[in-house]
Amino acid sequence: MIEVKGLIKKFGDKEVLKGIDVVFEEGKSNMVIGSSGSGKTVFMKCIVGLFAPESGHILFDGRDYVTMKYGQKKKLHQEIGMLFQNAALFDSMNVEENVAFPLQLHTKMTKGEISKRVDFCLERVNLPGENKKNPDEISGGMRKRVGIARAIALDPKYLFCDEPNSGLDPLTSQVIDKLIKEITIDLKTTSIINTHDMNSVMEYGDHILYLHQGLKQWEGSPDQIRNTNDARLREFIYAAQFTKDTKPVSS
Amino acid sequence: MNLFYHFGEYLLLLKKTFTKPEHRKIYIKRIFQEAQAIGVESLGIIAIVSVFVGAVTTINTSYQLVASWISDTVIGSIVSDSTILELSPTIATLVLAGKIGSNIATELGTMRISEQIDAMEVMGVNSAGYLILPKIIAALFMVPALIIISMFLSILGGYVVGMYSGVVSPEHFINGAQNSFKVFTFVFAMIKTVTFAFLISSVSSYQGYYTEGGSIEVGRASTKAVVYSSVLILLFDYLLAQLFL
Repeated sequence: MIEVKGLIKKFGDKEVLKGIDVVFEEGKSNMVIGSSGSGKTVFMKCIVGLFAPESGHILFDGRDYVTMKYGQKKKLHQEIGMLFQNAALFDSMNVEENVAFPLQLHTKMTKGEISKRVDFCLERVNLPGENKKNPDEISGGMRKRVGIARAIALDPKYLFCDEPNSGLDPLTSQVIDKLIKEITIDLKTTSIINTHDMNSVMEYGDHILYLHQGLKQWEGSPDQIRNTNDARLREFIYAAQFTKDTKPVSS
Repeated sequence: MNLFYHFGEYLLLLKKTFTKPEHRKIYIKRIFQEAQAIGVESLGIIAIVSVFVGAVTTINTSYQLVASWISDTVIGSIVSDSTILELSPTIATLVLAGKIGSNIATELGTMRISEQIDAMEVMGVNSAGYLILPKIIAALFMVPALIIISMFLSILGGYVVGMYSGVVSPEHFINGAQNSFKVFTFVFAMIKTVTFAFLISSVSSYQGYYTEGGSIEVGRASTKAVVYSSVLILLFDYLLAQLFL
């Protein structure tokens, strides 16, 4: 479980996050939605420690990240897996080396054990046998899947995905969404997913947080969001009309 | 104020760089990889520059020493002394600042803007230590090695050109070079080289590591890395000369 309390983040004079309080529960897909510039990515980067907040607390199962010492933070990071918007694969390494990287640095596993774990992770994301390919030799969807394989290599307790569907076709998007959902259930991770894709929010989300101009505008379940009276939120979620429920027009 | 801000950030980055590595074996492997990129892959350009610098120094010296009472051995001594004391350590490291500096800044800048450095940090890896420390250590070993090769090739270039152009006989050239050689000159050259190697690798790493924006900023970081490294090399060249000579 991740608890965020009174999170404020500024860049210069501009307050990007204006005091956010929210609880993300274990084993659930927590979707963070909001228009571009609403502060979703900054919010996620504050939680994973890439940005230091001005004030507030971020509790990982009761452990406050903000007040932790450097060594404690480094240990906690080994429990975090993150899929970046563009996968952020290390382009000097092939697929296998990318997935093996956290294992080599944080475990005392032998080469054989690492190799087995890498194969397991790549099979988990349906990429068996792609070990020796370089990141520039694989498609965008495959890069994301390698990114997920790398994120789950250390069996994370917390999984973060920053716009996992961006730049992907609808079918590949579904594959990635389904994969993240399965991993969340299988590994019982606390998953936080930043997304614009309302189909994936409705189909795979357990808990939804809507950010608007750095503030928590709304939170609830997919059922609640369908019936919300919040005009701004309704406008946002129904901006994309082509949801899965939309039937093709008969000729 | 901006200068102090950047100097402070640079020191903080060095502090982060020189913290205990996560996995020593992997860092050692990385040092060898960087030694290949910084040292072995720079050998060609250093060889070309050094041979020509030595050759031109020989011709320039013979052109200026026209008096009949000056011995030919002076050419060998001037070429060897100026090569060891100044030309190889300074000119070759300026060339290396261009090659290695831009390479380091571009690599780190690209990793920064494509979130690869963020990915390392989220994994709990000290990205500065993992990426920069091997570069600095490799530079501290490989740049002096390159400069020693540069000294040898530069003197050889001077010797060959002197011999074939007839401005100095091989015996006179070698006698002059041998008689003027001082161990201190060589030690001083190595002190300068190690200092320059540290400046090139750390300043370029700083420029690349803190790149913000897109591809244009990566290009700017690369240019800044070369310009700042070159200026600092010249500044420290003067300071070290003032201090030791």
